[in-house]
Amino acid sequence: MKYMLMMHAPKAGWTTAGIGTWPPADLHAHIQFMMDLNKKLKASGEFVDAQGLAGPEQAKSIRARKDGTPDTDGPFAEAKEFLAGFWILDVDSTERAYQIAAQISAAPGKGGVPLNMPVEVRQVMSAPPVDM
Amino acid sequence: MDLAIEHLLRELAPQVLGAMMRRFGDFAAAEDAVQEALLAAALQWPREGRPDNPRGWLIHVAARRMTDQARSDFARRQREAFVFLYEVADEALEPAPQDAHAEQDDTLALLFMCCHPALTPSSAIALTLRAVGGLTTAEIASAFLVPEATMAQRISRAKKSIKSSCVPFTLPDEAEREQRLAAVLHVLYLIFNEGYTSSAGEELHRAELSNEAIRLTRAVHHLLPRDGEVAGLLALLLLTDARRPARCGPNGELIPLKEQDRSSWDQVSISEGIALISATLPRGSIGAYQLQAAIAAVHDEAPSANDTDWAQIHALYSVLLRMSGNNPMIALNHAVAAAMTHGPQAGLDLLDALDADGRLAGHHRLDAVRAHLLEMACDRRAAEVCYLSAASKTASVPERNYLATQAARLANDPVKP
Repeated sequence: MKYMLMMHAPKAGWTTAGIGTWPPADLHAHIQFMMDLNKKLKASGEFVDAQGLAGPEQAKSIRARKDGTPDTDGPFAEAKEFLAGFWILDVDSTERAYQIAAQISAAPGKGGVPLNMPVEVRQVMSAPPVDM
Repeated sequence: MDLAIEHLLRELAPQVLGAMMRRFGDFAAAEDAVQEALLAAALQWPREGRPDNPRGWLIHVAARRMTDQARSDFARRQREAFVFLYEVADEALEPAPQDAHAEQDDTLALLFMCCHPALTPSSAIALTLRAVGGLTTAEIASAFLVPEATMAQRISRAKKSIKSSCVPFTLPDEAEREQRLAAVLHVLYLIFNEGYTSSAGEELHRAELSNEAIRLTRAVHHLLPRDGEVAGLLALLLLTDARRPARCGPNGELIPLKEQDRSSWDQVSISEGIALISATLPRGSIGAYQLQAAIAAVHDEAPSANDTDWAQIHALYSVLLRMSGNNPMIALNHAVAAAMTHGPQAGLDLLDALDADGRLAGHHRLDAVRAHLLEMACDRRAAEVCYLSAASKTASVPERNYLATQAARLANDPVKP
């Protein structure tokens, strides 16, 4: 079964205390952690896709105007968290998806302290339907 | 590729792998060598014509790869003397004509190995499709909608698990045979189920998984013709697959059994399935697959939904339920059959018991069945709520669309009481 794991990073202090302000060694450790994690997920045969998203400073929300042209809104400075990246994984159980989400959540931050970011876990609708 | 060649290659794949296993014993290496031989054949045969002895050709090429590989491995380790032992005389690999029995045992032993309980279901499925089904890693990856590299890793891990758990390349002994065969049949059933999905657009290629499951089950039935459960599973798959053309609308939307155009059901598969289950049931030792096949046969035989012999289906589900030790999913279908036989309240009462049981708590099927039975009981408001609740819980897009459509139909019905 496939799951999407969405990693939400805290927006508050993103520029003042965010990843760009960490000591280089901490930043390196964080990046290495994510690379190792993806390597492990590929090796375990569970990896489908993973992407990091560009920072929230440029994030826009789009709605169609009456004539169908895009109406852009944002960025939203007041948002508490933003989607920083996602994984799509094909795992044998929900528990396994939760386990990986917990690993992501505990990614090392400043000074190596676990970030404990919220990771939203959603099932991808790929199950075969049953006869009705 | 030429379809006839493709079929031949897929049929020969497990036999060739079996021969490699008997000679070399190293499953991972043998499997890689056989894949390479199959690829070589797929490239060469259409161009240069099929060899007189296709099986011998594949064995020869696979064995050559094995020795080449062994030679380079050993060269690395500076132990060239040992290579001599790996040199293969072709005739040693080619079984004598009376050895057809050993060849069949090889294919079975391979299946038992790939479906060993030491493997997770997803590993067993991938390995079975490749080693026994002769599909390429790319084909399996595309059927399961994962990257090829991911599927390759899954297969290679499965091979490692087999090695580390010391799963033998032999037929299981009498004491564990039944249990191990059940594991094989379960994997085949899971492969079928993965493919038995919407037949629309992008989902189309997944239907090949169902065909592959039927092909493999047919092969097992050929090898074990007297086993009732193997025959039962083959009948069940045929009788279920027969309804595939009627199961989805043009946009992939689910069509429930009672609304399906029965004239588009595949009568050839239905005849074969019914003949198979009719010949199997009287032989005794009834199992769960045989009972499910019998139920599918009753549906397939009914000229219209209203002519369905629900009393017989109810009786069959009662036996199946007892045999399964009250499996909750079977209990759910049993409740539907009870409602169709004795009226909706009889079914709803059984669902209340399932609520209390708790094992299906939060499962969308429980809500979906309750919605259906509530609608039968003319409680449209409650039915609508249950359809919506089921729609919010399912992990299947066509199923969610179907359930949401049922809720919308009731919500917009002007005669709502």
